[in-house]
Amino acid sequence: MSTMSTVTSTSDHIVSSHDSAQLRRSTKNRKRGRALVFHVSSLVLVAIVLYPAVWMLMSSFKPSSEIVGNVSLIPTDFTVANFQKAIEGIGGVSFWTFFTNSVILAVGSVIGITLSCSISAYAFARIDFPGRNVFFALMIGTLLLPFHVVIIPQYIVFNRLGLVDTFIPLLIGKFLAAEAFFVFLMVQFMRNLPRELDEAARIDGAGHVRIFRSIMLPLMKPALVTSSIFAFIWSWNDFFGPLLYLKKPDLYSLPIALRLFVDQTTTSDYGAQMAMAVLALVPVMLFFLVFQRYLVEGVATQGLKG
Amino acid sequence: MTLTAEAPTTGTSTAAHTAARKRRKRSESLAGYAFLSPWLLGFVLLTAGPMIASLYLAFTNYNLFAPPEWIGLENFTRLFSDPNYQQAWKVTLTYVVLGTPIKLLAALAVAMLLNNAFSGKGFYRSSFYAPSLIGASVSIAIVWKAMFIDNGIVDQVQQFFGFQAGGWVGDPSRTMPMLILLTVWQFGAPMVIFLAGLKQIPSELYEAASVDGAGASRKFLKITLPMLSPVIFFNLLLEMIHAFQIFASAFIISNGTGGPARSTLFYTLYLYFRGFQDFQMGYASAMAWILVIVVGALAAVFFWSSKRWVHYSGEGK
Repeated sequence: MSTMSTVTSTSDHIVSSHDSAQLRRSTKNRKRGRALVFHVSSLVLVAIVLYPAVWMLMSSFKPSSEIVGNVSLIPTDFTVANFQKAIEGIGGVSFWTFFTNSVILAVGSVIGITLSCSISAYAFARIDFPGRNVFFALMIGTLLLPFHVVIIPQYIVFNRLGLVDTFIPLLIGKFLAAEAFFVFLMVQFMRNLPRELDEAARIDGAGHVRIFRSIMLPLMKPALVTSSIFAFIWSWNDFFGPLLYLKKPDLYSLPIALRLFVDQTTTSDYGAQMAMAVLALVPVMLFFLVFQRYLVEGVATQGLKG
Repeated sequence: MTLTAEAPTTGTSTAAHTAARKRRKRSESLAGYAFLSPWLLGFVLLTAGPMIASLYLAFTNYNLFAPPEWIGLENFTRLFSDPNYQQAWKVTLTYVVLGTPIKLLAALAVAMLLNNAFSGKGFYRSSFYAPSLIGASVSIAIVWKAMFIDNGIVDQVQQFFGFQAGGWVGDPSRTMPMLILLTVWQFGAPMVIFLAGLKQIPSELYEAASVDGAGASRKFLKITLPMLSPVIFFNLLLEMIHAFQIFASAFIISNGTGGPARSTLFYTLYLYFRGFQDFQMGYASAMAWILVIVVGALAAVFFWSSKRWVHYSGEGK
């Protein structure tokens, strides 16, 4: 009985080892086949998804007559004339003026958001005070609030204060932590930092200001970098705010300048439009190439929108 | 003897102790409000204050130049009989109801494709994510318009496959599909969130299901979907609220008109026209408040229904 079982088991073993070698080879082949299918389908998808952006970039080097209806990506008549035209700007205002305005707005946003949101987030994450939970709920509520309900009174007040045609209405919210997304992101990040650090500092007699400045801020660097990148890109792409508050062309940010440019150039001058569209996206694309890891991780962990 | 002598001293020391604790608590609260002050100030000045003001304005006639005049519910009754307003709802709801699910289905499908053990995932993930960063920009709206215009490249491809062409930008029945395609193109952001959610699902669940003989579709329905439901909930809520607020792309593609034939007259566009071109600030405020109530009610229904279909693993915690 016992010998039989050992015999069968050894013969089983022999058979199975022979089988498993074959099995291993065939699963290896199958796995390689599946990897091939995966890469081919993914690459086809990437090509489709990136096509509009690449088409825009390549079209900006084509003469205008060659753009509409031309599926091909390679310019037959390579030209940089479109860019020269785009740089000239509109109505005597140079492209670089718009560019500078956009930079001022975006850098202002980054400074405002990183300062105000990190300070406010510290209160939510690390200080115990009456009403904290209510305020936190209100803050989350503003995440879901349609912006429409605040813009009209805001506009009326800023208009009365003579602040239309300044950057103040566009930046003040950034310095007052009005972008709840970033407060939320930083609160979540701070909550994950070990509490022993600030407790030890408190025993050593450090106050909240010291703890915030010398313990929290340095540790929060990843959250601050992610916030800065998104703050920059969102401000850079913002269309509605500048449309409301900037009326003088020499104060225009790039998106509204681009819209004016499209309105004023003849509809057939697609080349210059494409060139200016490309130039308006260059900083965003640079940020993407350099910081893609931060961006994608930021979205993955915080659910930030692009 | 020692006991009675000790009792009062502990008494005073606890009194001093509680006083000190009270003082510390008060200074702690003070610090809390001091640190919160940027947000608190912003909340009062830029959110709560304006919300109350626009609620008041919704019942007035106000054109920015003469003082507001109380007209009761007139703005609301006018809104309900305003054909443009009805059109704005129709356009916006079509976009939200069609665009959001299609976008999320694309996001989920690609996330599942990428959730394999193959290499190069990072590259694909970043490539698919890129449109989400630039999709809402004026630049892309211009490109989209150029692609879908009469005799544009989309026309060429259509004709190649034998479909009737003629351009999408000027055809009221095709502007909506064109804008939905633009939002679906930005599936990358929810895809990244789905991918993070898929990674959290323990592989033992799938192994156990395989042992029990479950097929791929059964695994998807019984494991993937329930385990992913918190992420689906989050994406759906966020994308929907986002979709209600579409502005720049519709504004650019319709040349700032909401046309052709009001086919791109989104809620935000119509509010902008009324409030900031005709300066009917009371009317626009009434529109804004109706939107807040509708979005709020929708979110409430969402959270309420989530108890039935959103499963949180480790619920005991």
